[in-house]
Amino acid sequence: MAYLELKNLGKNFGGSAVLQDINLSVEKGEFVAIVGFSGAGKTTLLSLLAGLLRADSGTLILNDLEITQPGPDRGIVFQNYSLLPWLSVHENILLAVDAVNPNWSANKKKEHVAKYIAMVNLTPARDQRPGQLSGGMRQRVSVARALAMDPQILLLDEPLSALDALTRATLQDELSRIWSENKKTVVMITNDPDEGIYLADRIIPLTAGPGATLGPSFQIEIPRPRDRKSINHDPHFKQLRREVVEFMLSSKEERHTAITRKLILPDIEPEDLNLPRRLTGWRTRPIRKHEMKEESVEVNT
Amino acid sequence: MKENLFKKLDWLLLPLIGVAAMVLLWQISCATWAKDLPTPLKTWQTSKPYIVEPFAKRGEMDQGILRFTWYSLTLVAKGYALALIIGTPIGFLLGLSKAFTKTFDPIIQVLRPVSPLAWLPLGLVLFMSAGKNASELGALFTIAICSMWPTVLNTAVGVRAIPQDYLNVAKVLKLSRTKTLFKVLIPAALPCMFTGFRLSLGIAWLVIVAAEMLTGRPGVGGFLWQEYNSLIYEQIILCIITIGLVGFILDRLMSLLERRFKTA
Repeated sequence: MAYLELKNLGKNFGGSAVLQDINLSVEKGEFVAIVGFSGAGKTTLLSLLAGLLRADSGTLILNDLEITQPGPDRGIVFQNYSLLPWLSVHENILLAVDAVNPNWSANKKKEHVAKYIAMVNLTPARDQRPGQLSGGMRQRVSVARALAMDPQILLLDEPLSALDALTRATLQDELSRIWSENKKTVVMITNDPDEGIYLADRIIPLTAGPGATLGPSFQIEIPRPRDRKSINHDPHFKQLRREVVEFMLSSKEERHTAITRKLILPDIEPEDLNLPRRLTGWRTRPIRKHEMKEESVEVNT
Repeated sequence: MKENLFKKLDWLLLPLIGVAAMVLLWQISCATWAKDLPTPLKTWQTSKPYIVEPFAKRGEMDQGILRFTWYSLTLVAKGYALALIIGTPIGFLLGLSKAFTKTFDPIIQVLRPVSPLAWLPLGLVLFMSAGKNASELGALFTIAICSMWPTVLNTAVGVRAIPQDYLNVAKVLKLSRTKTLFKVLIPAALPCMFTGFRLSLGIAWLVIVAAEMLTGRPGVGGFLWQEYNSLIYEQIILCIITIGLVGFILDRLMSLLERRFKTA
């Protein structure tokens, strides 16, 4: 049995399937990237792993135990950082350390926190609040918080998607370094195939939703440490990237059907602004709610 | 140069012009349609002993204006503290529990618009057995029940508006209930709660006058009512100005405090 095992996992929202037939096994110490379009259900999948959502069918097993609720054995780095804005960097991480190791002495907790702040190079910003930090720094705090809990598995939910390209590249390098230092089992969700291939051991595309499922798994045979500059010319990298992107695009085409939606549209007509406004007769006041009408419109998904 | 000087002083000059206009209007009213209204000068002359010796105590209902204000403020402080102690937990329950909201929201909405003048007799009846303290307890009851609604409702709104992200953090860390409350819920709802606290203080101060009038307790409101009954109309105006100024200062102090917590 693999360290993390997902079997026939499915999740519905409002009657329609968001995820279906998700099967995944991750070995201990493995770094797996799941890449998918926005809106495909990536975050839903991660919420299931985190235990914040319950699956409608199938099972999730981590280290021989079924995942039924959230817990500190899974360190999560949320897309929007989710730091508590009234706590400093140190306090944010301490809150997590305190929750996991309530019996440690105050000094030991403090040292532990300091170690992880140093790991993400934030020691000078130790006493600052998240509001005073840049997006990249906040995300590093978030990573440090997740790692400081010493979780069995690290779940990264599009951790770098809100950052600018340069910061993103720097943080990718840092993630890569940190991972090689403590070899945690990682599941990372991303919308960037390049990021997935650069960081992970294995990349798995998620098909376009609704009813998304995992595609074939692509093993990444590029030796570590990987170099950002030369990797772009690596034939294996190029081939992988082409295959992953092609799979994702073809899955999207299959789903490319028009659906009909009812929309409420304002009943607007052109008006000649040069004419003086008439007080009687046609349209002399703004559109009111009861004047709106419903129309059926074809929408491409 | 002259224009510059005016611009620099307009924060002081313009309000003074406003005050002068108001006094002028008052003077004109005295001279024309409101013959019983004391003139500004007469008001000043009669009120002078109360202002010049603000802490003098000449008798139960004949004391310096700041001494009266102090009595009123202590009563308000007690009632307001009671309102916060009762109102904040109710607000939290409303914000956290849908069932609690459904059960008690209708009652709150019905009790909220009831005037302090209607609550006070009930308060007096409730504490009738307290004897000498009945009027104080009745007044406290009225202040607390009238002023707690903004605290209740704003706390509830603040708790409901806590981003799911913060709650997820608490869930993932498996924080205990008390820890979630003190480390996540209260800090996240604090800015909204403070808005409620400020509005509540405003109402508490509004209620004090009515409460003192009806119970005849010494204080700004009691003094106002007594002077009306003794046909000394000058003091009514003095009391109104005092009540207004104190209310204004309280509101400013609270908004300073609020701003401190908003940045937190």
